[in-house]
Amino acid sequence: MTLPALLTGIPLAAAILVFCLRGDGVRGVIVKLAAALTMALSIATAVTFFGHPAFIKSSGTLLSTIVLAVDVLVAVAILYYTLVKFKKIWIAVLELVQLGLIMWFEQGPGHSVTVRSDLAIDNFAVIMILIAGIIGSLIAVFSLGYMKEFQKEHPEVEDRRPFFFFVIFLFLSAMFGLVISNNLLIMYTCWEITSFCSFLLIGYTQTEEAIGNSFKALWMNLLGGLAFALAIVWLGTEYATVELSMLLNLGRSAQPVELAVALLVFCGFTKAAMMPFSGWLLGAMVAPTPTSALLHSSTMVKAGVFLIIKLCPILGNNHAGLMTMFIGGATFLFASFAAISQSDGKKVLAYSTISNLGLIVCCAGIGSYEAAWTAIMIVVFHAVAKSLMFLSVGTAEQQLGSRNIERFDGIFCSMPGLSLCMIIGICGMFLAPFGMLISKWAAMKAFVDAGHSLLLLVLVFGSSTTLFYWTKWLGKITAYIPTDKNREEGIHGVQWLALRSLSALTIITCILFPLISQSAVIPYLEVTYQTTMDVIDRSNLLIMSMMVILLVVLPLRFGKGRKKKLVVTNLAGENCGDNISYRGVAGQTVPVSLRNWYMEAWFGEARMKLFGFILCGSCLLIEFAIICGGVFHV
Amino acid sequence: MSYIKKSPWLVHYDGSSCNGCDIEVLACLTPLYDVERFGIVNTGNPKHADIFLVTGGVNTQNLPVVRQIYEQMPEPKVVIAVGACACTGGVFHDCYNMLGGMDKAIPVDVYVPGCAARPEAIIDGVVKGLAVLEEKQKALAVPVNEKLAEKETVMEPSVAMNKQQEAKK
Amino acid sequence: MSDLVYTIIAGVAYLVLAPIAGGLLAGIDRKISARMQRRVGPPLLQPFYDVFKLWDKQQVAVNEAQSFYVFGFLLFVIISGLFFFTHGDILLVVFTLTMASVCFIVAAYSSNSPYSQIGAERELIQTMAYEPMLLLVALGFYLNCGSFSIGTILDAPRMSFIYMPGIFIGLCFILLIKFRKSPFDLSMSHEVHQELIRGTLTEISGRSLAMIELAHWYENIFLLGFVYLFFVWSAPWSPILGLFMCAFTYFNDILIDNCCSRVKWEHMLTSTWLVTLVAGFVNIMFLMYMR
Repeated sequence: MTLPALLTGIPLAAAILVFCLRGDGVRGVIVKLAAALTMALSIATAVTFFGHPAFIKSSGTLLSTIVLAVDVLVAVAILYYTLVKFKKIWIAVLELVQLGLIMWFEQGPGHSVTVRSDLAIDNFAVIMILIAGIIGSLIAVFSLGYMKEFQKEHPEVEDRRPFFFFVIFLFLSAMFGLVISNNLLIMYTCWEITSFCSFLLIGYTQTEEAIGNSFKALWMNLLGGLAFALAIVWLGTEYATVELSMLLNLGRSAQPVELAVALLVFCGFTKAAMMPFSGWLLGAMVAPTPTSALLHSSTMVKAGVFLIIKLCPILGNNHAGLMTMFIGGATFLFASFAAISQSDGKKVLAYSTISNLGLIVCCAGIGSYEAAWTAIMIVVFHAVAKSLMFLSVGTAEQQLGSRNIERFDGIFCSMPGLSLCMIIGICGMFLAPFGMLISKWAAMKAFVDAGHSLLLLVLVFGSSTTLFYWTKWLGKITAYIPTDKNREEGIHGVQWLALRSLSALTIITCILFPLISQSAVIPYLEVTYQTTMDVIDRSNLLIMSMMVILLVVLPLRFGKGRKKKLVVTNLAGENCGDNISYRGVAGQTVPVSLRNWYMEAWFGEARMKLFGFILCGSCLLIEFAIICGGVFHV
Repeated sequence: MSYIKKSPWLVHYDGSSCNGCDIEVLACLTPLYDVERFGIVNTGNPKHADIFLVTGGVNTQNLPVVRQIYEQMPEPKVVIAVGACACTGGVFHDCYNMLGGMDKAIPVDVYVPGCAARPEAIIDGVVKGLAVLEEKQKALAVPVNEKLAEKETVMEPSVAMNKQQEAKK
Repeated sequence: MSDLVYTIIAGVAYLVLAPIAGGLLAGIDRKISARMQRRVGPPLLQPFYDVFKLWDKQQVAVNEAQSFYVFGFLLFVIISGLFFFTHGDILLVVFTLTMASVCFIVAAYSSNSPYSQIGAERELIQTMAYEPMLLLVALGFYLNCGSFSIGTILDAPRMSFIYMPGIFIGLCFILLIKFRKSPFDLSMSHEVHQELIRGTLTEISGRSLAMIELAHWYENIFLLGFVYLFFVWSAPWSPILGLFMCAFTYFNDILIDNCCSRVKWEHMLTSTWLVTLVAGFVNIMFLMYMR
């Protein structure tokens, strides 16, 4: 009990401290210290609970009282923002309804429900703790340097850094609480906190756009919260339980709990930005980059998929499962199509995040052992590589003044360190020996074995388009344009620390991938599925690891050979000699500028969004209609 | 044995000319003459080429172009001037912008006369060029070739007379 | 133990014999193409002369990094071929091949030259076009033979082709792209001096170019290996049929190459994806129902 309490307590304490002590120097110390402590604690928790899943029951009513109090507190805060400050009545209504539901439940039917275990720390929760703890802390450290520059560059934005770090640490605390809770009421509370924190983070700059997008995120997530509350109430009144583990047991013993499962999955959809709720994730790009990195790689969206993966054993060939896999699949496909037409680096990252989350959700929906393995693996790899990408793009944006990929011309020479980080991140996102691709491989196997030919089609097309937009970006970075200018000088030490650690982490997870599978994921699945198997042959995993090592070692040994004669590039003989300009017809100098293909007419964002929304929306409606019809016998 | 003789790839550049020679060069690729039987390939890329086949003379505008193409070709390389214009400037020799034959810009190894040069003559010239190519290949000590390349870039057009020609005189 | 010995022998044989076979194939290709155009054509060993010559040429480059990517391309093509011939996992082969083509594309990008860049973009679109079909081929074998392992696929009780004709058609279609034949030789044609100078290869010369030629030989051989897989089963005489079909497929591609002009990328993408959907996916669906 102590470790989990510390795990949520330390970030909370740090949050309050950062908020109260406002000096720049003090903040730096507190953030670094808290980050280190959080990291150490999450590792300690991992060591303690790895392989020994524990169900913990809190004694007394203290915990439930705190939970209720926090519920009310969050609700009051949300109501303040929606009613008093910005007059968004509908969002307030959304919050009031769910608060009312929960209060009614706690006082009425919920009172008699006995909870056998409040917290459950299994291997999957440990993985999530490690992801949130390590990556989240690194992002917090990175923000120290980044936010300093950010405030310098944007003098019009009010300096609310204490508030910013307060929210970040509060967020981490809630995230830890979320992944270790078994009691749905506790999880709901943490869920609400993360929704609220994301709202605050997105609206940080207080521009009109930021405020609009933050409310978009709020209403979408509150809609999910409402579904969560409904699920709790329904489950509590029908089956007299509010525990996730009990829900799983009920589902396994073929009880008709589909409605609760569907509601929870829906709730996961909103958080994981599945279409048609992808809007808030794209809108969140207005926030400073660490926010995006935190929300879209390791925490917020991962909370959504965490819940869905937890429900994995009781999804599959039922309506909740079908809904999950088809919405996931469609999101995967259309988001990866849409990513092709984007040139804004962060937007490409956003769409790629949505598409990867779609794949995770899709796997979870299939619900088989293999699919669950794949889903968890993608969660791990995506968290590491994507956070690295977000931080790199954010840093590049600060140095170059733009995050348009087309403006990244020649960063291979002008920002060698940063471009290396980006290359590692991009390779980690899609290339062969790296983790993501292995996950795709396993997904393919899972889809075939589950017999979903349509999803298979989605996967093969989705992965080929994924290849397209990442390679395009990789090409832009690797383009060699010699320059004497070093544009890396403005990057702070803490930023380098985070970037380098994440690069190293990406490579290490890819190399140690067989180990992660063997020691973390398979034991978890053994418990949940009561069986064990190798999804991908162990020898093949080893081969993959070797290839990663080869890729890492190769560049170190290369280029020691003979010097080559350097000549100018081929510009039909009219190269001015510097490779970046040529002599035009009238003898004038014309600069060479190379741009990538975006195929707007084919993969335009609006079009893909339209298709995706219609498909996912109708899927959602139809499946819910069927499920409700089945439950209420209409 | 030297493989360079068996696989000469050439890049064709047309300077100041009437295009007559270019038609004849292309004629070499047709089934009737089929230069590919000697392994000759008409690449459009100086970086892949062993032979620089020029038609037409050099004028002020194409002087840097010719030089750059020549510069981009890896050693060993051979320049073949095809047609009267490439050899001497031909009918255009006293034009206001003309500098003269190709040897005013880069060192030429083989001259193929004719207005326009016949395909047989061109093929004959290329085969002669192959002998030069092999010689150069043999003569190529690696460090020397680096120096050579450097020297050639700084050469003035007037000085850049063919060394062989000078030796003959 | 005997398995290990077999694996090593197969691996070494592939390393040594594939470039020889690939070079000869390229030579035959040029000869046949020439004959189709009523020319005499170059000697059979011409591709070898070309590569040896390129190897001896002066090293010229536009930057220091490019040759690294080219080396990566060669390396990963060889590795993916090794997986294929040592009876590895067919999906692993496809993924490693993808890795190789990414190396190749990045090599072209890295030069920052317009001709290379357009070549790279086109190559990328080609990769996007053929990738789904290549994956469907692997999945088709999995559905048909119950394993991704090439060893198991070769020991199938019946000829795979009769269950996967649609997938075979799809494979033949994308082989046109992979062999860089008209009408799909957009990024770099095997005939030189076309619209993009040489597209992706424009800035690559000398030894690096030789490496790329070599990589293409390796690649062509094991791509034909995919064709071979369709026609080989446990019957002892089936390898002859398999080899014959490889030859037939390649000849067909040469014929198409000499009959067609190059298409636009839009046309390539739509037609390839359409074939993937119609021939490949419908076939996969039937295989799934049969399971």
